Amino acid sequence: MPQELEKPLRTKAIPLLRMRGIKKQFGPAFALNGVDLDIYPGEVHALMGENGAGKSTLMKILSGAHSCTAGTIEVNGRPVLISGPTDAKTLGISIIYQELALAPNLTVAQNMVLGQEKARFGFVDRNATTTACRKALDELDVDFSPTDKVASLSLAQRQQVEIARALLSDCRILVMDEPTTSLSSRECERLFAIVRKLRAQGLAIIYISHRMDEVYDLADRVTVLRDGRYVGSVTRADLSEERLVQMMVGRDLSSFYQKDRNTGYAPGATLLSVRNLRDGAKVKDVSFDLRRGEVLGLAGIVGAGRTEFARLVYGASRVTGGTMSLDGESIEIRSPLDALQAGIAYLTEDRKHDGLFLDMSVSANVNIAAIGDDSKAFGFLDSAKEKSRTAGAVREMKIALSGPQINVGALSGGNQQKVLLARLLQTRPKLIILDEPTRGVDIGAKSEIYRIIETLAHNGTGVLVISSDLPELVGITDRVVVMRDGRIEGEVGGSTGTPITSEKIIAIATGTAGRDGHPLREARP
Amino acid sequence: MTTTLSTEQPLIRRRRAIRTSFHALGMFPILVLISLAFQFMSGYTETGSLLDAWTSGRFLTMQNLSIVMQQASINTVLAAGMTFVILTGGIDLSVGSILAASAMVAVMVSLVPGWGMFGIAAGILLGLFLGAVNGGLVAFGKLPPFIVTLGSLTAVRGLARVLGDDKTVFNADLPFAAISGNAFLGISWLTVMAFAVIVISWIILRFTTLGVRIYAVGGNEAAAKLAGIKVWQILMFVYCASGLLAGLGGVMSSTRLLAANGLQLGQSYELDAIAAVILGGTSFVGGVGTIWGTLIGALIIAVLSNGLILTGVSDVWQFIIKGLVIICAVALDRYRLMGSGRT
Repeated sequence: MPQELEKPLRTKAIPLLRMRGIKKQFGPAFALNGVDLDIYPGEVHALMGENGAGKSTLMKILSGAHSCTAGTIEVNGRPVLISGPTDAKTLGISIIYQELALAPNLTVAQNMVLGQEKARFGFVDRNATTTACRKALDELDVDFSPTDKVASLSLAQRQQVEIARALLSDCRILVMDEPTTSLSSRECERLFAIVRKLRAQGLAIIYISHRMDEVYDLADRVTVLRDGRYVGSVTRADLSEERLVQMMVGRDLSSFYQKDRNTGYAPGATLLSVRNLRDGAKVKDVSFDLRRGEVLGLAGIVGAGRTEFARLVYGASRVTGGTMSLDGESIEIRSPLDALQAGIAYLTEDRKHDGLFLDMSVSANVNIAAIGDDSKAFGFLDSAKEKSRTAGAVREMKIALSGPQINVGALSGGNQQKVLLARLLQTRPKLIILDEPTRGVDIGAKSEIYRIIETLAHNGTGVLVISSDLPELVGITDRVVVMRDGRIEGEVGGSTGTPITSEKIIAIATGTAGRDGHPLREARP
Repeated sequence: MTTTLSTEQPLIRRRRAIRTSFHALGMFPILVLISLAFQFMSGYTETGSLLDAWTSGRFLTMQNLSIVMQQASINTVLAAGMTFVILTGGIDLSVGSILAASAMVAVMVSLVPGWGMFGIAAGILLGLFLGAVNGGLVAFGKLPPFIVTLGSLTAVRGLARVLGDDKTVFNADLPFAAISGNAFLGISWLTVMAFAVIVISWIILRFTTLGVRIYAVGGNEAAAKLAGIKVWQILMFVYCASGLLAGLGGVMSSTRLLAANGLQLGQSYELDAIAAVILGGTSFVGGVGTIWGTLIGALIIAVLSNGLILTGVSDVWQFIIKGLVIICAVALDRYRLMGSGRT
């Protein structure tokens, strides 16, 4: 890979942080094998790579949570030894993890000074604390007060608390680990504004993300890791999607999105027909048709009721009104079992919470929904059938694992998602509902999942894709219906004649456009 | 990705194999160790000489070991039911009380002329019924298992006392007394029954769809629901199984005593059963565990009781030592979960 190596452009400036030849060994296996990283003050440096590429390990070394097996770290040109979180803090390194580390029962100010309380004679100096915290929070222009309980804050606000906490401790290098995973698009914009402001103040920001659009928006430089190795760094000027994908995956993904079907949109007969469906809460009135062999997108902002709608169709929550029919026959779904028997499968948006059995084997996870149909007399398992199902799934979905008896919890996010998807396919559904199918999935698994969706549709399965990733919806669906506040607000693509674009979807989802997708006013002034 | 995987694979596999075999062996080495220690200590208390201690030990004799197994039998049966329940992430505190009530009914029915043998069925069916009540409250009432079975612990104890007017019932000519007799080679039928219960439980957990679903419900109930599993059926099954086996335990203990007493019988048996399950490596939060582990756990508890008596430890200290063992078991459980921590 040396041809991809590039020297950083600003060689004359001394980097704020210089990591050289970092190696980390877990037993005889290398999680990192010679990684270099230069971070300059006043830059947003994106760190990219598939899951398992070593980004988190590298950041854990930087924060002192792990020690490195080999390599050097310099801060401001001086070699340093980071042997614990306290060292990192003294050097001005702060990390904001995906899972925020705040005590919800304490106030914002108490959280911000946790571990470094301002005290006089052992008594907490509450006034000094509040004043200092208010100053840091004002810089971020937040809409809550230091005396608010953290429990009452939204996720985005909690993140702001973490950033303010870092500022309060005189942080010079701020690491953000996939900060936008659970933010709405408006909250993301807000976060980006903060990041830009911090950059202007001369902070160095290491920004870990899977999302290309964010990286385009924010990053001054991008470093890519693959399999624990340093692949290369690219400056903003040389940034392109093809280039990044190629660096991350190590091969050319000329057709990342599978769809080349815009030319011939010809799905089959109506498969699912939903009329005025509601649940008395989040889902207020949903009607649409989905046809055989069609990939239908369901878009909308967070809280629009998309997941609630999907769970309603799948029988995971109770319908209070409206009708559904599948293949022209009216159906009543009271439980997930009813749905599965009718031929409907649902991929949950949160595979760890209500998708996978992390302590059980890959084989058990793949077969759990189908074993009832396979079982022999007296409910005995048909282990031969189970084995062949698992082997088939592993082969077709290209799941990387050492054996079918390994626990699903030990797999990477992408492979976990494939296992869950494999389980759904065992029931041979007519309709498959995929809720955020590529969330937290690396780019290789992502393209694999797109390929599977394409194959399903090709074989006549109806596919409903719920996604917050707009380029994904644009790239893989035939048609998109957009939900807003529990109702279908508009539709693009398919026979509507309107092409599917991110702008139109956003315009409908945020209520700035008419039903046909023409903006009434500019979405972003 | 493929290159790293291929180099890491054999290694990870070997490490995993070691860890799995460590898990599978579980507490078995400890059982052996405790047994050897008691052999030595019992001999030492007898002779007072370190040289003769091993040969004159009274623990590792065929006769004593068959006694240990018989003493373990009732707790093994209760613990097997408890394993099912704990695998789903629940708990059944009422097994001791159900055992007492079932024993009462078994002895009382055995006194009915001509219908004596029906005492067995009566005891077991009462256990099944009480288990079904627990299961119904947990599965349909959506109440926490701890609260439900804590309630039935008290209520069923009261029921057991009411049944015999708060007196001990005797039947010197218990028609099914042969159950506590010898089956072969000095091994009691009680031991055989306990072993049969373990084997049947193993078959259910290992080879049936029901077994997989029990693990699934304990591992992730929300995911189990979405996978189309009728969670209520699984919960009903495990509490019914626990109740039924407690009923069987009641019948078994009535054959040993030829009597039953609603007040004293089965007091704190639930704690021994829980201890056996946890010692056996079953996770308290559900989803992980084996029935063979439970058997080993029950044997460790029986060996402790028997060995402490042989070595002349006083009754009071026996309690303290057994209690410490239970705490160590929970500590082991935590340690194990940490060891299998995932990224």
